[in-house]
Parts: sequence; structure tokens; C-alpha cells
Amino acid sequence: MNWGVLLFPGSNCAEDCFHVVDQVLGEPVRYLWHKDTDLGDVDAIILPGGFSYGDHLRPGAIAHFSKAMASVKQFAEDGGLVIGICNGFQILTESRMLPGSLLQNRGLKFLCQDQTLRVENTQSPFTSDFAEGEVFICPIAHNEGNYYADPETIAEMEANGQILFRYSSPEGEVSDATNPNGSINNIAGIINRKGNVVGMMPHPERSADEVLGLSDGKKVFTSMLKHLSAIHS
Amino acid sequence: MLKAIVTVMLKKGIFDPQGRAVQNGLESIGFDMVKGVRVGKQIEIKLSTEDKNAAEKIVHEMCDKMLANPVVESYRFDIVEA
Repeated sequence: MNWGVLLFPGSNCAEDCFHVVDQVLGEPVRYLWHKDTDLGDVDAIILPGGFSYGDHLRPGAIAHFSKAMASVKQFAEDGGLVIGICNGFQILTESRMLPGSLLQNRGLKFLCQDQTLRVENTQSPFTSDFAEGEVFICPIAHNEGNYYADPETIAEMEANGQILFRYSSPEGEVSDATNPNGSINNIAGIINRKGNVVGMMPHPERSADEVLGLSDGKKVFTSMLKHLSAIHS
Repeated sequence: MLKAIVTVMLKKGIFDPQGRAVQNGLESIGFDMVKGVRVGKQIEIKLSTEDKNAAEKIVHEMCDKMLANPVVESYRFDIVEA
């Protein structure tokens, strides 16, 4: 499968994503540039974390108007797999490819820490390699990770199983005490209704290689690969 | 030349942690009359037109498209002489 990692000015997690696909999955991967309109032959696109366009105005607000994002939208409409991590998630909400928005953390601090997540739905192309209710460690590093959507949207997403990950305790308990940033319902990662676009604030690419001591995040990428391999076989 | 002065605020009901921090700060130095603080941003845009109606229309478009995120923010603006 061919993977693309989309680079914006200010992206700073792209190399980590590239490494996971290239070295951990052993799959072909290349960088896509924000000025590209033709994304070429790719089966999955990763929007990496960072501070695209300096986070000016709002995180993701300027990146959303880049030439490449119009092509990413088309790619997703055609059913392609897209995952936005951290700033990538913010770009996807600004682009309205995912519902809601990421507000400033309720504690006003930039959070950079290991975080336990609970997997809420394993019936997606991004989570099928996780066990039902699995709890794993995935680092977070953000200032605007406080997920917000209006109550109707939240209810709809909950009913449709669109919440993929929640911030939890190591025992898998989800409560306000295990909520690092104020996200509604401890939401850490979501999927669109169609099931091919994911946004998550935690960084699975930083917990996907044994050498880092954390490797469960790899399952996000192996799940995607499994899905792509199945539809291409 | 005209100038648009755009104010973007978090919508009512959405928690504004920065506003709360400022409120706590004001209270801590003795301004006990403070009952709420919201922090937003002001954006000033110079426009190469003298037509106020045209300016209003275009600034609405700018706000809807980019300057405010309608999911969480509201905006208002004034058009003045630059």
C-alpha cells in the first residue's frame, strides 16, 4: 500500500509518522507537499502533528485552505483513509471533514505527557487490531485539545459509535479526573460517519516502536494496513 | 479607504479558560465587582473601497470562511474610515 504524509509549513511530527510506516510497517511512504494538487497514487494519508502556519488565527485554520487539502477532501469523499493526528485533527475539524472543534485546554497549559486511552470502538479500519475496551498508553502534546461539539452532535456521534478513543485511567475508568484537557465526554479521537476519516489528539506514532518503550499505538497503523490489504486483495 | 474592525468571541456557553484566568487575576488584586470575563480577538482589515455596503458583504464572507469558526465562535464588526 502507498502511504502519504502531508507536510505543511510548521508540521513537526511528519518524520515520526514516516518512520512508522517505513520502518515499523515496512510499507512504501512518501511526503506530500501542501502546495500539491495531485496527491498521486496513495491509499492512505496521514496529516501529522505540529503547528501548521504557526497556529495563527486558530490551529488548522490556514492549513485548511491549502491546495493539498482540497485534494485530501476529494480523496476522502472517494473513500480513501485519512488520519489526522494532533494538529492534523485540528485541520480536519477546521475543514469540516470531522465534526466539532478543538478548544484551548481547560487548564490553560500546554500538556506534554503520557496518557492512557480506552478504545471505544474496534469496528473501524483504524482500530480493528485493538481488543474491545483495550487501555493503552499514547502520549499527548497539545495546547488546544479540548474537544467540543454541540450536544446534538455529541449525542449523534455517541449513538453512531464515532468515538474511537477516550482519556481514561490505567484501569480504563473514564471520569473527569482522567480528563486532561476538558474534552466533552473525555473524547480523544473520533471517526466520521462514513468511517474513513479519523482525528485524534494523542500521538500513536510516538508509541509505535518497541525502542521507545511504548508500542501499542502501532495498532492504529496495522489496523489501517489490514483494512487496505483486505480491500486490495 | 475603509477599515473593518472585526471582533471574534467564543460563543455563549462555551467555557473560556483564558477569560476565567483573567477574571481570577482581577479578583485577586481586589476588583471584587468582576462577575465574568471573556477574552476574544480583534482583527483590523484595511479595504480598498469606499462602498460601505460592499465592504460589509465582503467582511461577512471573510468571517464565515476563515476569520471565525462557526462551530465555536461568533463575530461582529464595524466598518470605519481607515
